Amino acid sequence: MSDSGKVILGLVVFLAIAAFPLWYNHATGEATAMPELVYPTGYTECVADSAFMRSSHMDLLNQWRDEVVRHGRRIYTGPHGTQYVMSLQNTCMGCHSNKATFCDRCHNYMAVDPYCWQCHVEPKESL
Amino acid sequence: MSVDRRKFLKLAGLSTVLGVAGQGTLAAFGKPISPARFESPLTAKRWAMVIDLRKWTEEDSVACVEACRRAHNVPEFDNAKDAVKWIWMDQYDHAFPDEEEHYLPEKLHEAQIPLLCNHCDNPPCTRVCPTQATWKRESDGIVMMDWHRCIGCRFCMAACPYGSRSFNWRDPRPHIQGELNHEYPTRERGVVEKCTFCEERLAEGEEPACVAACKSGAMTFGDLEDPESKVRRLLAENFTIRRKPELGTHPEVYYIV
Repeated sequence: MSDSGKVILGLVVFLAIAAFPLWYNHATGEATAMPELVYPTGYTECVADSAFMRSSHMDLLNQWRDEVVRHGRRIYTGPHGTQYVMSLQNTCMGCHSNKATFCDRCHNYMAVDPYCWQCHVEPKESL
Repeated sequence: MSVDRRKFLKLAGLSTVLGVAGQGTLAAFGKPISPARFESPLTAKRWAMVIDLRKWTEEDSVACVEACRRAHNVPEFDNAKDAVKWIWMDQYDHAFPDEEEHYLPEKLHEAQIPLLCNHCDNPPCTRVCPTQATWKRESDGIVMMDWHRCIGCRFCMAACPYGSRSFNWRDPRPHIQGELNHEYPTRERGVVEKCTFCEERLAEGEEPACVAACKSGAMTFGDLEDPESKVRRLLAENFTIRRKPELGTHPEVYYIV
């Protein structure tokens, strides 16, 4: 066991290299820097509260899609009783009218690539 | 709650400032569409269309196709094999290949017939869809499509005897002429599309785009189950034909020749 020093050193070097993406991103602050989203001003509420929208907007959109396309129901009542038209293009993007500074920043950070925009048209502001 | 004079003035001043500031920001950010637009939809038990070919004009041929194209972001391709058709024009013997008139009136020989999805009462296209991306709406008989769910297998195109369904062989976005309709989606490559009787306009209480654009009044849209409706009156007063009715699809677009 006279090589134990070398073995341990080797293990340390190996771990350092293997964990490179983790510590590098932390050291440079890339992982801890949250995306900065531009929220619409002049509005006090979304169709649901922020925490829910942050975690589950995709599920809500799927639900809206099925309601409108498959059942022909278009009106959604928010938690405060406000009525909204269930439409990504005409309701969500009505307020969040800049895709680049809202949708994209977070989606890029999370490395997700939703295909909403292959069909749904972005508002003119972000084009 | 009582509001004294001082509080009232404060509130009034504040709301004026907010109002003025708010207008600027709202203009910059746009606005979600209002639910009020959907308050009085057009409804029916069974939508149908009657097209009076005696009244149909050349202007209609252009206006109706163009209105539909603009309303639904329908692309235009140079190659006819790539064509995406919602409402389109064709000659009589192509539209009605089974009507074997020996001496067809000359007018019909030259006529351009408007063709669109027949929204069949017994649609063969919906039966073959493996993902239920297309179905007949129980409420009003419209043969709907869910483009989210279409996997592009094209069974429905093989099943439709009218050629009313088109496949997007290429990305349609760059081939949409002029300004996009920002209230309607486009489609993507690998998806089948067709006429939906403008169900999105019916929900807002408006007739289909082609009917609204048809200046001659040759197109009539209405409820087949309502004996008092415009379409039923036309059907009662005129002899009408349908495309390939012998196939048992029960097409719901009627033509007065």
